[in-house]
Amino acid sequence: MAANTRDIRRRIKSVKNTSQITKAMQMVAAAKMRKAQQVAVAGRAYAELLARVLRSVAAGAEEGAHELLSAREVKKELVLVISTDKGLCGALNTNLLREVAKFDPAKTIFVACGRKGLQYLARTNRTIAAEFELRDAPGFLETKSVAKFCMDKFTSGEVDKVTVVFTDFVNTLTQTPKAKVILPIASLEVNVDISGTHETSSVPATAGDNVEYAFEPAIGAVLNAVLPHHVYFQVYQMVLDSRASEHSARMVAMKSATDNAKQLIKDLTLEYNKVRQAAITTELLEITTAQMALG
Amino acid sequence: MATLKLEIVTPEKVAYSDDVDGVVIPGTEGEMGVLPMHIPLMTMIHPGEIVVTKGHEKKYLAVGEGFVTVDQHSVKVLTDMAIEWEAIDESAAEAAVKRAEEAMARKHELGSEESAAVQIALAKSLAQLHVKRRRRNV
Repeated sequence: MAANTRDIRRRIKSVKNTSQITKAMQMVAAAKMRKAQQVAVAGRAYAELLARVLRSVAAGAEEGAHELLSAREVKKELVLVISTDKGLCGALNTNLLREVAKFDPAKTIFVACGRKGLQYLARTNRTIAAEFELRDAPGFLETKSVAKFCMDKFTSGEVDKVTVVFTDFVNTLTQTPKAKVILPIASLEVNVDISGTHETSSVPATAGDNVEYAFEPAIGAVLNAVLPHHVYFQVYQMVLDSRASEHSARMVAMKSATDNAKQLIKDLTLEYNKVRQAAITTELLEITTAQMALG
Repeated sequence: MATLKLEIVTPEKVAYSDDVDGVVIPGTEGEMGVLPMHIPLMTMIHPGEIVVTKGHEKKYLAVGEGFVTVDQHSVKVLTDMAIEWEAIDESAAEAAVKRAEEAMARKHELGSEESAAVQIALAKSLAQLHVKRRRRNV
């Protein structure tokens, strides 16, 4: 009996330690999530304005005016996978990689952003063109080099389509994996949604949207600057969304882990007390029996 | 009198939003003054100074690279940096200039991406300094 109580005590202790760790991780994730959400939301005004600029530019440009706008027959495509570096964030990466698995491995080359995605791609023997490591709070310049790499592949004709697989941040409890085509820049109407504007936008559409603009310098030069910038910014927003999703998913996962641990401790404590009580009862019984036998 | 609605937006925040009487922007083709009822125009800007006129008051902002759309009643500036001159930290900007210049001295060690980034950072810090010093000497 004594061995049994010691076992249970040991288990309670270890579960307690685990719950402390998950609790700490939950707190850290919550703080990071707030920050990541703020950044993701702050970029929305910029994204909307950029989308509007783009629409106006595209309205003034003729069809196929720029190589980033023209769709080609898709022989080979590139998929940029934005995943997390660390695990312990629930089903986030599993869901994301299910989306990745939909692409035909023979026709697709992959670019990995984040270690989990990279591991998956390596394990399933996909063609990996490059992998990038991003800091936890990535700056625009970092994501720009990722986007530039993908864009270079597109402009050099190596691939005919670029898709980004990322996790869209809907709210703290919901994150949906999404595959979004960023190149060629197909329908400009879609671009309003680039940042995942789930709330009603603060900038109402104005009549100015249909105005014909004069360009300075020429329209070609403005297009040349605005289109790549649009692609960079889109990737930036997607990375931010993925980060916000990661932290909220981790927070939720760690919260349920902490709750489970608490429940387990409760159950184990009850079990421990029962065993202890049983041991005491047996002992008393033995003493009483012995006394009666003597007496 | 007609006014212009000026909005200056960066990826981090809406840096400025107000009805103004006129604005001067640092276009790639040179400085450009915009008054209400301007024809619809789309242009790019260099790192430099935006001068906002509202009544008798003037406001000065250092801005980075970006795009500007103008129509009859509004000016929208899309840029990666926008700081009002009072908020510019001169010593920080100076330090940034120094860092960037040192980095440029080792240009051959950097990749093309990096050196381009440094160049942009340098131009932005210089723009901040320029705006700050000019105001102080007035």
